Amino acid sequence: MEPLTWTGTLGSYLNPVLTLCVVVLVICVVAQIIAGFIADAVTLRSNADGTLMARGGLLGGLDRALTIVFAVTLALIVAYLIAGTVMPYGSAGIVGAVAKRFLPVILALIVLYALSIRFKRSLGLYGKLFDSTVGMIGFGLVMFWVFTAIFSGAFDLIATHDPLRPISGLKNKLPGVVVPEEGLFPHYLLGGDNLARDVFSRMVNGSVIVIAIAPLATVFAFMVGITLGLPAGYFGGKLDIALTFLANLILAFPVILLFYLLVTPEIVATGIPSYMAAALFVFPLIFATVLLNSRYYTQPAKRTVIVASTLAVLGWLYLSLISQDGTALHFMPSWVDGFDINPGILVVFVSVVFVNAPTVFRIVRGLAMDIKTRDYVAAAQTRGEGPWYIMLWEILPNARGPLIVDFCLRIGYTTILLGTLGFFGLGLPPESPDWGSTINEGRKLLLIYVHPPLPPAIALLTLVLGLNLLADGLREESLRD
Amino acid sequence: MLKFILRSLAGMVLTALCLTFLVFWLTNLSPNLEKLAKTQGNARMSDEAVASWLVNRGYNQALPVKYGQWLGALPGYVITGTDGTARARCAASTGPAEGDARFCGILQGEWGFSTVLRDDVSTIIATRLGLTAKLMACVMAIMIPGALIMGVLAGMREGSRLDRSLSTVSIITTATPEYVSGVVLIAVFATGTFGMNWFKGTATAAMDDANFTNFFLPVITIALYGMGYIARMTRASMTEVMTAQYIRTARLKGVSFGNIVLKHALRNALIAPFTVIMLQFPWLLNGVVIVETLFNYKGFGWTLVQAASNNDIELLLGVSIVSVLVVLITQLLSDIGYVFLNPRIRIS
Repeated sequence: MEPLTWTGTLGSYLNPVLTLCVVVLVICVVAQIIAGFIADAVTLRSNADGTLMARGGLLGGLDRALTIVFAVTLALIVAYLIAGTVMPYGSAGIVGAVAKRFLPVILALIVLYALSIRFKRSLGLYGKLFDSTVGMIGFGLVMFWVFTAIFSGAFDLIATHDPLRPISGLKNKLPGVVVPEEGLFPHYLLGGDNLARDVFSRMVNGSVIVIAIAPLATVFAFMVGITLGLPAGYFGGKLDIALTFLANLILAFPVILLFYLLVTPEIVATGIPSYMAAALFVFPLIFATVLLNSRYYTQPAKRTVIVASTLAVLGWLYLSLISQDGTALHFMPSWVDGFDINPGILVVFVSVVFVNAPTVFRIVRGLAMDIKTRDYVAAAQTRGEGPWYIMLWEILPNARGPLIVDFCLRIGYTTILLGTLGFFGLGLPPESPDWGSTINEGRKLLLIYVHPPLPPAIALLTLVLGLNLLADGLREESLRD
Repeated sequence: MLKFILRSLAGMVLTALCLTFLVFWLTNLSPNLEKLAKTQGNARMSDEAVASWLVNRGYNQALPVKYGQWLGALPGYVITGTDGTARARCAASTGPAEGDARFCGILQGEWGFSTVLRDDVSTIIATRLGLTAKLMACVMAIMIPGALIMGVLAGMREGSRLDRSLSTVSIITTATPEYVSGVVLIAVFATGTFGMNWFKGTATAAMDDANFTNFFLPVITIALYGMGYIARMTRASMTEVMTAQYIRTARLKGVSFGNIVLKHALRNALIAPFTVIMLQFPWLLNGVVIVETLFNYKGFGWTLVQAASNNDIELLLGVSIVSVLVVLITQLLSDIGYVFLNPRIRIS
């Protein structure tokens, strides 16, 4: 078995062409920017028969050249990926092998995009996303990692090795190294880390942790922020002053200091995170109850059934979540307790929700203060609707645009926070493959071995970038109508 | 205006008191104190020995009393311990004597003694803060002009290639947290892997003798993350100004494009970014902690990590006060500055 090179036999033909294309592309972009200051602006002029003239001049020419070079570069990159999946294993190098491992993800993406674009007119805001290039790129990046997390977490498809198992002799080995043991995947595609584990598999499995925690924590932060922000903005007065003061208090706290104070083992031993979890996780319950009650209170029979059944399910989930073996809150016998999650993850989850909730509170409060002056709110008040009905069924749906955009941005921010926690080795267990912890481990030997921390760093970067682009696309499209 | 400033100041003091009390409470929880007793006294102390060690040093007084003493609003304790030695807060090393100050807390300038770095907390914080100030001065010198130029260039012709290129750059930098960009920058520019071994991967030497090779990477790592955000805000504010009526009037009068941007649009477009820049300070603190850890530059952020991970209670309290104050003062300044810069609010 030979060690893999980056691009294999394919690379000897494609690499020089790709390099040339990228260089030309960069030159074109720079030339166009400089030309933008000196050359005449391109104006649209029509021919006598009513068709448009070709865009001439220096700028028009550059624009056309740029389009062609960009298309060629993109085609070359796609060629690398396709060749990797079609050619026999190893002949397309590491790039090809990685592309082959990600094949299920790419197929899922293609299916998703084909369906979405086909039916985009009947899909509301989600469908409109496919009108914006930026939004499509961002959504693609996000869904890439979501599918990766699903396929590797649920079906164990993408990773090549066990992310926690070291294989002797592969400590800090470079990408493409041959695995000496029989019966395993023949190479460490992106090399081994300083405990001789596979960097590629750790990166892939890390996505499961990030994709599971970040959106869920953001949802909880939104529940807390909405449940407190709506009444603060709607009622105003003393309630508003008190809640705003509390929110500003948390916001004035340097985030890293807060993490260090909340996530250290000594504080966890006192049970403070468990009590905070009990306090923070009750908000979704309150939110759901008030939401349904305010909707159906005119039909008491129906209301009682719906609210009671929702409360029963959510209440059981809530109690199972906060009752943990070996922490301060442990009151449920094991046959009722549905599940236990890793206490380290729970602490991380709580602190991330705690840090995010005040910002959401401020946004919701501002929106509620703005929307409550609208005519439809006055109409609802005149109809005699209760304040909670107005807040949850009149104000909240009309505040959804900015909230959805902020939701996307905030998932990205939560991902960064999770990475920060991992980077300082707080909360999550040290062997955990999440991206922050992996970067933290890799940075210690960074000046000697570059390859272990780079894949998780780039993974985190692309996910957050995708979320930011997605938020930009959504903002653009929701402003359009 | 004066009333506004006074009210903001009162709010700030109240917030500072609440936050320091919170930090004080969290650092003085019993598991932390037990750990302190075991590291300071003897690792194999029995539970009774730990308890008496804490009693003798005034740690088991009521929390508000301890907080008051630490703040300097209540007189420091004088306790004759179970071992017969008398100890006083205000004379930690010598033992109580006549003529000791009664109050010795933060307000009197007694910040305590660091158990890890073996020095007075006030001297540690002063030197470390100086080092971080040097870092931040360089960051600001790169970040603010860079971000403003990027934002103004992108916003003056909305939708142009320049706008799209600069917007892409700024969205990428906002999506790259310091621990990612730092690792990538070190990998590319401080090792031979990519053939560009131009800079140093650690900034330890830069504490005494900062030069371009050892100081550029940490500075640019912090600057990049903040730069994208400020640039996007500047761009948004610039595009808004460029569509305003008076800009159209100026164009119709035949004023050149350069003059419109520099003389008419720029001043009004820079009000909003001012607030954003001031509010970036708390985030920069985050970046400072990460970058100082990553580059091993022993400044304020590095001290925070040392104090927090080694249970150095007094140092951690000192560091927290300074960081909370920095955040609150910048908030106050941005509020006042915004009112001051914006003629519409200032005159009403």
